[in-house]
Amino acid sequence: MRALVSTMRAELVGAGGVVERNYYLTKRYIWWDVAWFVWTVANTLTIVFIAKGIEASGGTLDVNATMTTLLIGAVVWAYLGILFEFLMETVAWERWEGTIEYTFMAPLSRAMHLAGQGVFAILYGLVRATFLFCVCAFLFFNLEMPNAQYFPAFVVLLVASISFIGIGMMMSVLPLISPEKGTQLGFVAQGTLLVVSGVYYPVSVLPEWMQWIAKISPATYALDGIRGAILDGEGLSSMWDDIWPLLVIGVVSVPLGLWVFARGEQYAKKHGKLKRSG
Amino acid sequence: MFDVGEKVMEAVSTRRGVAVDVRELRKEFRRKDVRRRGGKRTRVALDGVSFTLERGETVAILGQNGSGKSTLVRLLSTLLLPDGGSAVVFGHDVVSESRAVRRLVNRVSVEASFFKKMSAAENLGYAARYYGMTARQTKDRIPAILERVGFPSDRRNEPMENLSRGMQQKVALARALLTSPVLLLLDEPTTGLDPRSKLEVQEFIREIRSNHDSTILLCTHDLDEAEALAGRVGILDRGRLLALEPADDLRRRYDTPTLEEAFFAATGREFEAEEDEDDDREVFA
Repeated sequence: MRALVSTMRAELVGAGGVVERNYYLTKRYIWWDVAWFVWTVANTLTIVFIAKGIEASGGTLDVNATMTTLLIGAVVWAYLGILFEFLMETVAWERWEGTIEYTFMAPLSRAMHLAGQGVFAILYGLVRATFLFCVCAFLFFNLEMPNAQYFPAFVVLLVASISFIGIGMMMSVLPLISPEKGTQLGFVAQGTLLVVSGVYYPVSVLPEWMQWIAKISPATYALDGIRGAILDGEGLSSMWDDIWPLLVIGVVSVPLGLWVFARGEQYAKKHGKLKRSG
Repeated sequence: MFDVGEKVMEAVSTRRGVAVDVRELRKEFRRKDVRRRGGKRTRVALDGVSFTLERGETVAILGQNGSGKSTLVRLLSTLLLPDGGSAVVFGHDVVSESRAVRRLVNRVSVEASFFKKMSAAENLGYAARYYGMTARQTKDRIPAILERVGFPSDRRNEPMENLSRGMQQKVALARALLTSPVLLLLDEPTTGLDPRSKLEVQEFIREIRSNHDSTILLCTHDLDEAEALAGRVGILDRGRLLALEPADDLRRRYDTPTLEEAFFAATGREFEAEEDEDDDREVFA
């Protein structure tokens, strides 16, 4: 029993080490992060302005609600991008710096290693997504959200993050298998996930086969839940229809992500790809 | 079924005194052959290597680039899976008990390998956490270990990219020692260092050898370093371990006055001479 507690403690300390390392790196590269944030704001603005453009060209729509809908889609897109970026960096950045061999030969279990990476990604992603939302909604567009329930929206995003991390774990093995192009495939996963999930439009406008895929995408329920909370003022009690699928997908995707990563790691060890030069 | 071979091997590996037991270790790599469309090339990086290291012993493996030294270190570090044979570290198999092995091993390689924007203290701090050491445990230990390797205290919080290669290698030694490894793998730790840094690093390896309960496997192509630091010297050539014995015995066996000539006699070529095939092997091994 004592040995088990000691092992668990060491694992938690190790996961904390991953968070600590990412904190140091974020601190050291903070101005690059600011520049990247400016890019994200610009990208989000181009999307939200579409609603104003439609109105200007004679279209009839509730501009405030449409802009809020688009903004939520863009913020979730940016948030997912941050999570995937951090998880993909599990391998890619370490390979670039040359630390990959030291990290992978440490006694920290891969599950806790990836968990540490995921926890930091969620914390950092939530801060960035909150800033992005506030800057665009209140500074640029002065959007009105009289019914907004921010806490339930936050909870839905947090629960969805578990599934996102599971999918991110599966993606993060790609730079192990293909050091040159693996990282870019993360963007493919991010785009594919969001296109079927109604990022800027209702899922009902998609072809039927895409709607079927939407049912297993956590982003579908995240977007639906957050929009319900912000636009319609839905509370946690009325959001169960979005939360339980997210929990189920999370329970499946995290072990699956770990399994896929373990297979990728075995492949890399077999073929000598677990090293700096690939 | 009772496997006599496995039981005997386990008994040998766990007997008091044996730190590393390597038997018929084999590793080969397959890569795309650019000269043949769709073709693959196979290179044997390690070809049936067998040896044992006694606890507390320092052994040097000599070999040219591409001889398989780094492959051997990476197999013992659990970063590679062997294609044949076995390697047991303090009674733990590197494949089936890799996590137990990882707790016992640390290494210093030719590249210091750090997050370059982070400071020495930060790099050591997070690395120690991976081995279960809390911030409280490393608070005093990191400054103490950096001082021991001769790292100036006023540069502890400076980004690694501002430090010389020699300084970085000292931090790499500190990182390895911070986790108190019982098996220390040194893969060309002084290659590319200026003479002064090289001597300082070698002096520190001597200190580890005398003051710590560490077994050291030193892979190098520096003949003087091998002879000065190790009790036994091995010659690894094209993936095959041709000899492993004290330097004096090697010279006696090949009837040569120097270790360099013994290497030549064992391998049939000059120590510094590298053939085209070696450049090719280096990519793999």
